Amino acid sequence: MALPEDDPATASAEAVAEAPLVEAPADTVAGEVVLRLTDVVKTFPGVRALDGVQLEVRAGEVHCLLGQNGAGKSTLIKVLAGVHQPDSGQVEWRGEPATFTNPQAAMKAGIATIYQELDLVEDLSVAENAFLGHEYRSFGFVRRGRMARHTRQILSRLGHGEIPPGRMVRSLPAAGKQIVSMARALSHEARLIIMDEPSAVLAHDEVGNLFRIIRELTAQGIAVIYISHRLEEIREIGDRVTVLKDGRTTAANLPARDTPTRDLVSRMTGRTIEYVFPDRPADDSAGADLLQVEGLTRTGEFADVSLSVRAGEIVGIAGLVGSGRSELLETIYGARLPEAGTVRMDGKALRPGVGAAVRAGMGMAPEERKSQALLLGEPIYRNVTLATFGRYARLGFTNAAKERAEADRIAETLELRPRDVDRPVRTLSGGNQQKVVVGRWLLGGTKLLLLDEPTRGVDVGARAELYQVIRALAAQGVGVLLVSSEVPEVLGLADRVLVMREGRVVREAAAGELDENTVLDLVMAGSLMEGAPA
Amino acid sequence: MSDATPTPTATPERPQLPAQSPPVDPAETAVASNKAGSGGKLSWWRGDGGDGAKRNLGLIGVLAALIVVGAVTKPDLYGDPNWVWNNVLAILQLASVVGVVTVGMTFVIIGGGIDLSVGAIVALAGVWCTTVATQSYGAGGMIFTALAVGICVGLVNGVLISYGRLVPFIATLAMLVAARGLAASISNKQTQVSSSTFINDIAARKVIGIPILVYILGAVVLAGWVVLNRTTFGRRTIAVGGNPEAARLAGINVRRHTMLLYALSGLCCGIAAIMLTSQATSAQAAMANLYELDAIAAAIIGGTLLSGGRGTIVGSLLGVIIFATITNLFAINGLSIEAQNMVKGGIIVAAVLVQQFQFKSVTRLLARNRVTTAT
Repeated sequence: MALPEDDPATASAEAVAEAPLVEAPADTVAGEVVLRLTDVVKTFPGVRALDGVQLEVRAGEVHCLLGQNGAGKSTLIKVLAGVHQPDSGQVEWRGEPATFTNPQAAMKAGIATIYQELDLVEDLSVAENAFLGHEYRSFGFVRRGRMARHTRQILSRLGHGEIPPGRMVRSLPAAGKQIVSMARALSHEARLIIMDEPSAVLAHDEVGNLFRIIRELTAQGIAVIYISHRLEEIREIGDRVTVLKDGRTTAANLPARDTPTRDLVSRMTGRTIEYVFPDRPADDSAGADLLQVEGLTRTGEFADVSLSVRAGEIVGIAGLVGSGRSELLETIYGARLPEAGTVRMDGKALRPGVGAAVRAGMGMAPEERKSQALLLGEPIYRNVTLATFGRYARLGFTNAAKERAEADRIAETLELRPRDVDRPVRTLSGGNQQKVVVGRWLLGGTKLLLLDEPTRGVDVGARAELYQVIRALAAQGVGVLLVSSEVPEVLGLADRVLVMREGRVVREAAAGELDENTVLDLVMAGSLMEGAPA
Repeated sequence: MSDATPTPTATPERPQLPAQSPPVDPAETAVASNKAGSGGKLSWWRGDGGDGAKRNLGLIGVLAALIVVGAVTKPDLYGDPNWVWNNVLAILQLASVVGVVTVGMTFVIIGGGIDLSVGAIVALAGVWCTTVATQSYGAGGMIFTALAVGICVGLVNGVLISYGRLVPFIATLAMLVAARGLAASISNKQTQVSSSTFINDIAARKVIGIPILVYILGAVVLAGWVVLNRTTFGRRTIAVGGNPEAARLAGINVRRHTMLLYALSGLCCGIAAIMLTSQATSAQAAMANLYELDAIAAAIIGGTLLSGGRGTIVGSLLGVIIFATITNLFAINGLSIEAQNMVKGGIIVAAVLVQQFQFKSVTRLLARNRVTTAT
């Protein structure tokens, strides 16, 4: 069994499994190929999502899937999970051709999937979720006691024995929900566990715990397909890497630790780039104070936060999930009511409510694109003009032609792909959806842009473009307040950085005066994510 | 920006997306960016979203089938063009009152709500506008009262739902009970006869051979279509129903808009109350019984998504007309109302099934064609 790394999570979790995490499937030979895909093709209306995918996964390895948004990773997962059936190509599972006609069949065969948007039933208990669909029962009655016992057993082996099996999933923080998803996979005696960006919802120390769990699983001969946008994670946990681009495998079975970053990126994008941050303006070109926040407080979320943003300045907030940063942003935006403190725009105190904030010139790209920002079934142009359609209207009548023209202009500026503004937003990839959300606030009148995790789930190429866009906006005099979990992003993009921990600003400095390690230390110092308010 | 791609494979932008055909795209952009404020002649008539039109074709198919059934069962009647014209008018007249209510209902459902109290509001507005006291102000006073009562009751619904955070189902269910109670109390459970010839003439008269009630339905449907597809109110309705959180964070006042949607539904009920009172030349607390179910069913048949965010006025109108045609079909064949209700239930299920099937298969077919022609 792999030794646990010395990270805080492991140190604090006394229930480190001595017993094997799960009983290893008896007939699993380590290193044997459990899954082999050959030339798998899957088409959707208007899109060839998978166009000849090759993949080979061995027992006991962590196989990483890399690819930009829209490369076909999600579709591939859904084919493996039995959600979609491939149009052509072979799926070989444990040496035999297999077709999974539905998710139950895949699960029965031993493939468990942990989706990015966790598919838990929020109003059922932890145990009920873990055993959803295959509850212990006799004579039609669910055997709750046995289920709870088994769940507790699995949870403690996952290092989270403190989660009560009877607790409602709704009340758990994101990391806890992921643990429940993992418990569900283990309750199925899975031979292959697919994890779709598992670290995206996790705080830094929780990622260490996740890796520990993954190592224990693979030591038992279970194969893991790991999907992430973060190269450093792949280096740390992965064994082999398969790269997808435009639905095709562009490289298979690269060694995860030794393959140069440049190679991986160029195979993902077809070009060689790294995180490129636009240059900061040479002189201090920022103007007068635009936003002034004083003593803003919401109990349990953040306390006594004061900050300011000047016109043309990018201010970054670094902090963990749960440090109160998203809540702070929403409160400034008027979407939450502060208990104390003031928010001023241009020196004038804002009236409560989003409407007043928007009228004062604020715009926000919220953390959850799909649930908080987009009308997925509506055309792109209507999403771009969602906040501004009233301005193009005359006497209450909308002006669709003008809106299309404006949206098209935005699409051109942001290099939206595809450019057709009449397509439903649903058909766009994550990065392009984010461009639509940001683009909404470029339609004039926005003086302060609040960006909450603007590049979450956005691929490398689109990221660089977004950074350019944000800097260009600042150059035009827009103030930007940016929240991100990725410290390099905050340091690279912002002019001034605030570090938040447990709802308080612990450090404020020019971005040039800070480096990644300093910020990480500040962010992590004494942090106890387990008890932090969600 | 940074899309200078050195590798040839990445140069064509998403070759697997042939749906985005080059000849269409620039042309449309050119027209769209042509001149702002021209109203966009390209698309003024194109409303309800592209999918809605496809869905409505299915409804027209159902309607055609019903007419065929009528023609087969009563060939002698359908052979007489004069009778057919009068029968069409009869069907439209039958559909008019529920149709007006359904337009309001469609807005509420697209906005993510439901209004169970429409029948009760019609009854209350009808009773209130036919009290002796109101009638003393003449036809104008009666019409004003009916509309005002409708709007006010709708506003009460809206305030309870938006600001009192009641679930729409509960709030309007309570209003359903309460408004009928109030109507019964005002009318003292008596039928109140309308003595205004102006009001009574609305249902009795025709203009250019078409009943005035049908004109009213047409006007309300037209107004509803314009409001939904061409105004900021309509856009907000779709946004609020489709993703309330996104609408809120985009600066739309979701609560106020939700409240206004119920007021709009109430206004439609007020109009319907005048029409119904005119038809009966009287009003009573039991009038417009179960209109809420007819209106909801018609909207659903018309393709309005019960979870909000999607729906069409034309679809709802077709839904109402299909119901009226069935009623008419049974009446001319002398069949019982019981059999009629059973068939209506079946039609609701069948229409929705047909739409889903047809919609899916059409899109799949299109997609397949696109992909195969491209590769």
